[in-house]
Amino acid sequence: MTGRRPLLLTGGRIVDPSQSIDEPRDLLVVGGRVEAIERGLSGPDDAERIDVTGLVVAPGLIDVHVHLREPGGEHKETIRTGAISAAAGGYTTVWAMPNTDPPLDDPAAVGYVRQEARRWARRGEGGARVSPVGAATMGLAGERMTEVGGLVEAGAVAVTDDGHPIADPGLMRRLLEYTQTFGIPVLQHAEDMALTNRGVMNEGAVATALGLRGIPNASEAAVVARDIYIAELTGGHLHVQHVSTREAVEAIRLARERGVHVTAEASPHHMTLTEEAVRDYRTDAKMNPPLRREADRIAVRQGLIDGVLEMIATDHAPHHYEEKEREFDDAPFGIVGLETAFAVCMQELVVTRDLGLPELIDRMSCAPAAAMGIDGGTLRPGSPADIVVLDPDARWTIDPASFRSKSRNTPFAGREVTGRVIRTIVGGDTRFDAG
Amino acid sequence: MSLGKDLVGLEHLDRADITAILDTAEPFKEISERAIKKVPVLRGKTIVNLFFEASTRTRISFEFAEKRLSADTVNISSSGSSVAKGETLVDTARNLEAMRIDMVVVRHGSSGAARFLADRIPSNVINAGDGQHEHPTQALLDLLTIRDRFGEIEGRRVCLVGDILHSRVARSNIWGLLKCGAEVAVCGPRTLIPLGIEDLGVRVLTTVEEAIEWCDVLYVLRIQLERMTGGYLPSLREYNRVFGVSSARLTHASDDMIVMHPGPMNRGVEIDSDVADGERSVILPQVTNGVAVRMAVLYLLAGGQPELAETAKGGA
Repeated sequence: MTGRRPLLLTGGRIVDPSQSIDEPRDLLVVGGRVEAIERGLSGPDDAERIDVTGLVVAPGLIDVHVHLREPGGEHKETIRTGAISAAAGGYTTVWAMPNTDPPLDDPAAVGYVRQEARRWARRGEGGARVSPVGAATMGLAGERMTEVGGLVEAGAVAVTDDGHPIADPGLMRRLLEYTQTFGIPVLQHAEDMALTNRGVMNEGAVATALGLRGIPNASEAAVVARDIYIAELTGGHLHVQHVSTREAVEAIRLARERGVHVTAEASPHHMTLTEEAVRDYRTDAKMNPPLRREADRIAVRQGLIDGVLEMIATDHAPHHYEEKEREFDDAPFGIVGLETAFAVCMQELVVTRDLGLPELIDRMSCAPAAAMGIDGGTLRPGSPADIVVLDPDARWTIDPASFRSKSRNTPFAGREVTGRVIRTIVGGDTRFDAG
Repeated sequence: MSLGKDLVGLEHLDRADITAILDTAEPFKEISERAIKKVPVLRGKTIVNLFFEASTRTRISFEFAEKRLSADTVNISSSGSSVAKGETLVDTARNLEAMRIDMVVVRHGSSGAARFLADRIPSNVINAGDGQHEHPTQALLDLLTIRDRFGEIEGRRVCLVGDILHSRVARSNIWGLLKCGAEVAVCGPRTLIPLGIEDLGVRVLTTVEEAIEWCDVLYVLRIQLERMTGGYLPSLREYNRVFGVSSARLTHASDDMIVMHPGPMNRGVEIDSDVADGERSVILPQVTNGVAVRMAVLYLLAGGQPELAETAKGGA
């Protein structure tokens, strides 16, 4: 429900990079929208007043890359649990990927995801807003384009075959052309499957020692480079998901300098972990693209700091315990990330003083909103009251048992982090309260 | 001696561990030469040979080692077992645990499977080959064979030739040889040499001629037929032409250079018959040593002391 009662947050430090604000102010929400951010607001008499002294008030976080698994994978996650998990992580909007079963390749399937999220919200069990991303091709098979117009009408905000890279360059060209009618990006999981050749981790000395098949950097970089040239040719909006290699960061940097419309994500794990995390065959560190070498980790991290990769996205990929509790080759790729992303990034980027808190809020909220055309990422009066209240100094230890997500597959278990989500407000409605 | 509960690989053993296993194997060699090839060292112990992948020589070698030490053994192979019915490795492990067995010898197609099992059951786990990861008892028998021939491993130059990329034998040998002080090189078509192999501490030799001139031990690896379908090699004939070990190529070898092979051989592919059956070949002594080394590993993991091996095998 949106904004039954006005809401007044008092005494907080407002951090809103979209308006270059970083100072103590009060924030008033009326009718599900931001009414005012000023000092000494009194608000209407019936307003709910929350004292947030000592805390940070920022635009709600936005993650353009999550897997909610419904329909078809409800034992891993559902739209309901995924949205709640997102709210617990400070997110107010998430983009749900279409590689479900069946995939989101027709308007009915896309509409289902959107309606399901709204239905739970109406019942008081909502979390973040869920925007479905449509499949780029029927059945994610990489052959025939979906009815993109119909998907957009049903609520799709972008198209992708995520998990199944769009291999055919001719098809990629058509997609980058056709989507321009609707002003939506094509999201690409950049991977050349022939170069990957059934690899399960980064190619190199660690894979050699473990006897695991390797995925070379070129598998990602070659497709990123190819897609950039196609984007340049067509003028379409190419969005590169989860960049993991320094070669891809470099290709995107050069493309930006040429004015190509390319945007890109960095994931918390690719900025903080390397292939070493896979030692002892840890399936909770198995993801695709894989954790790479230190030089790649630094390049992705620096790419985010420089803004070449303008946004952080988690690639939240829940898997059931039993699916990960098996031989490394047979375990599925992916880790959960919604409930750890903010604190991991605070610890690894802000505590280290490589990024200020406003810059982190930018990468996790304002920048994805601006790059992807999302109504959010700002506390400007009149905008939706999608707000996160944060304690930037709280120290805690990641314990997967506390996750709201249905799944626990994280390589960050036991990690000491800084920064806690205290409250998440979506359209004026509190969807998470740390209490 | 810090062998621990399991033998999963040689990467995490130190030189003293390896030496202790080889020393323990020495007295056990003699048991196989007796008329009655049985000693009561493992009487009352139950051992499961759990083979998810086809194996003839390794399984038989383990079985002889177990039987000659008087253990009770059961063989499970993937076809016709619950494994073929879709049972997970975790459940297989739990069921074995529930039957209170003492040791598991496991062969599995996935790298890390032996470690996975070892972490989940209290029994001793011996890796009989996991994917492309390790095959520690093979490397131990190879080390024993090299030591038999040269007196010591330290300072010897060993070159592994062939498919390094897919070879667990190569990985275990690299770790074992390096820990024992050997110089190690690998040689083969670049498609079958893994990236980052130098980081393990080995050198890469480009041609087999170069390898033959350089080494004291030429360790020839088996070329698997499926490497052709994977596009790693144009043909077996081409492999033999460029990397096949023939007597003609051995003319530049040092006088005491030996040729090893883990078997089974593809005669006329990676090794020609005149070399396999020739004077430099120690391929059959490798097989003989396999039983002794596996007896030593079983004995040590069961709690036996290296220095008491001589007494143990005579005893009772």
